[in-house]
Amino acid sequence: MGVDEMMDQLKRACAIAKKDIRIYYLNGPVVIFGILVPGFLFLAFVIGRDLPINFLVAGLLGMTVFFTSTSVTPVIAPTETQTRNLERLAAAPISITTALFGDVLASAFFGIAISLVPVLLGVAFGVTITHPFILALGIVLAAFCFSAMGLIFSSIPTGATSTVMMLSTMVRFPLVFISGVFIPVGDLPSWGQALASLSPLTYLTDLCRYSFQDINNHYPVSVDIAALAIFLMIFMAAATKLHERSLPKRL
Amino acid sequence: MIEVRELTKYYDGLAAVDHISFEVEEGEVFGFLGPNGAGKTTTVRMLTGVIKPGSGSVSIMGFDIRRDPIKAKQIAGVVPDLSNAYSELSAWGNLQFMAELYGVPGTDARKRAEELLTKFDLYDRKDHKVKTFSKGMKQKLVIAMSLMNDPEILFLDEPTSGLDVQSARLIKEMVRELNNDGKTVFLTTHYMEEANDLCNRIAIINHGTIVAIDAPEKLKMRIGGMQRVEVSFDTPVDVSCFHSISGVISVRRSGDKLRFYTNEPGRVIYQLVDYSRSNNLEIVMLTTLTPTLEDVFVKLTREQK
Repeated sequence: MGVDEMMDQLKRACAIAKKDIRIYYLNGPVVIFGILVPGFLFLAFVIGRDLPINFLVAGLLGMTVFFTSTSVTPVIAPTETQTRNLERLAAAPISITTALFGDVLASAFFGIAISLVPVLLGVAFGVTITHPFILALGIVLAAFCFSAMGLIFSSIPTGATSTVMMLSTMVRFPLVFISGVFIPVGDLPSWGQALASLSPLTYLTDLCRYSFQDINNHYPVSVDIAALAIFLMIFMAAATKLHERSLPKRL
Repeated sequence: MIEVRELTKYYDGLAAVDHISFEVEEGEVFGFLGPNGAGKTTTVRMLTGVIKPGSGSVSIMGFDIRRDPIKAKQIAGVVPDLSNAYSELSAWGNLQFMAELYGVPGTDARKRAEELLTKFDLYDRKDHKVKTFSKGMKQKLVIAMSLMNDPEILFLDEPTSGLDVQSARLIKEMVRELNNDGKTVFLTTHYMEEANDLCNRIAIINHGTIVAIDAPEKLKMRIGGMQRVEVSFDTPVDVSCFHSISGVISVRRSGDKLRFYTNEPGRVIYQLVDYSRSNNLEIVMLTTLTPTLEDVFVKLTREQK
């Protein structure tokens, strides 16, 4: 594919993202699983515990980007299976990667936009961001990575959003507990640290801690960024393969 | 325009489409008929690049659907078999989304959307969400969406299915207009009358294989013994009274009429007139009918069983 064709496909991916934003941002499962659930989970953990604010905000930020970015992509494919919009997209002059990338763009944008809430909340409570560019890079990269992860959940050939959200919740909740959001990775036993290294959320939380003043991070920044980029590529490649396989079963 | 060679698709070891080959000429309205489960939608989906063929080839204006799917899809418009505009978007939003998907520049897209909405009598509702539309309005919008890229070829899968008479008539009229403008139309339909009215040629598919391809009138001529004489007398007459009439293959009652299937309609008419005279009956109506496309369809699909 030439550069012109790639740019053309990118424009069409943006059109899909725009459509997703208009249709899915106020979708029930997106609001519940993307904003309300992580909010209540965080409150349940924080209330009654004496933890430093910058530690809490770093955890909240990581968790917010994770939950918001993984809440849009799982909803799109099952909804469009049910509403029979998928055949129109499949007949359009776009590759399956373009269609999926459009969904990732919409989801990542949602994650990035909502991440401003904990960042501003942290600043309001006196948290100092010492590495804003690293933090911004980490949030953007992680939002794309988690959105691509959400695509894997939605590759199940079903029209029932609840089935996909159930599977997605089953994976997302345990990941939050092993990713150093509530307990720093360094404080985990060696098996816990090994487990944490398998979660992409670990690297975002670590980057957030690096970016805020007075907290220790566990991995070097380059490792965090490289890990998020590698997870993004793996998730995108896996999602494309899985959706290619499941598309005929959805029609 | 469209070249299909040995196209095959298997599902769970069963051939949904089995080595079919045909060509659709430029500017033609090509009908694709078949009973439910015959392989029509699977074929259309392979032609439009929605699903990959198991084997064989499809070429759309020289672009192979497997090697150049984007280019092949770029020149086609598709109306899938179910209404599928985005219900949360407005009619205008749906049309603009299609324009963006097909890379239609903004100014052209706006102009074309206005033209299509006016043509389909939807302009007043352009800013309303599609979920508030009736089935006929949705279907008209779906067709308008498929025309946003001004396609060379239009694939219509059951475009008038379940529509009221007026909407169906509008859509048929639109197909004629597009064809007059030189567009090639690939039409899948259950309605024999629609195929008969619109199509230059028709392919009949059954059990995944094509059983006939020809112009509607030539298809009708293929089946012998299917000419009919219909007669209605002023007094009801039992079918059994006509078993001795020569040249009749079978007689059936159809409402207040009697229908005689024959290869010699003239001879049958003479005998019916004689019968009415000798029995002092008045002929209220007498007409001859040639085979319909439905007769052809039923005969060919039955023969294959």
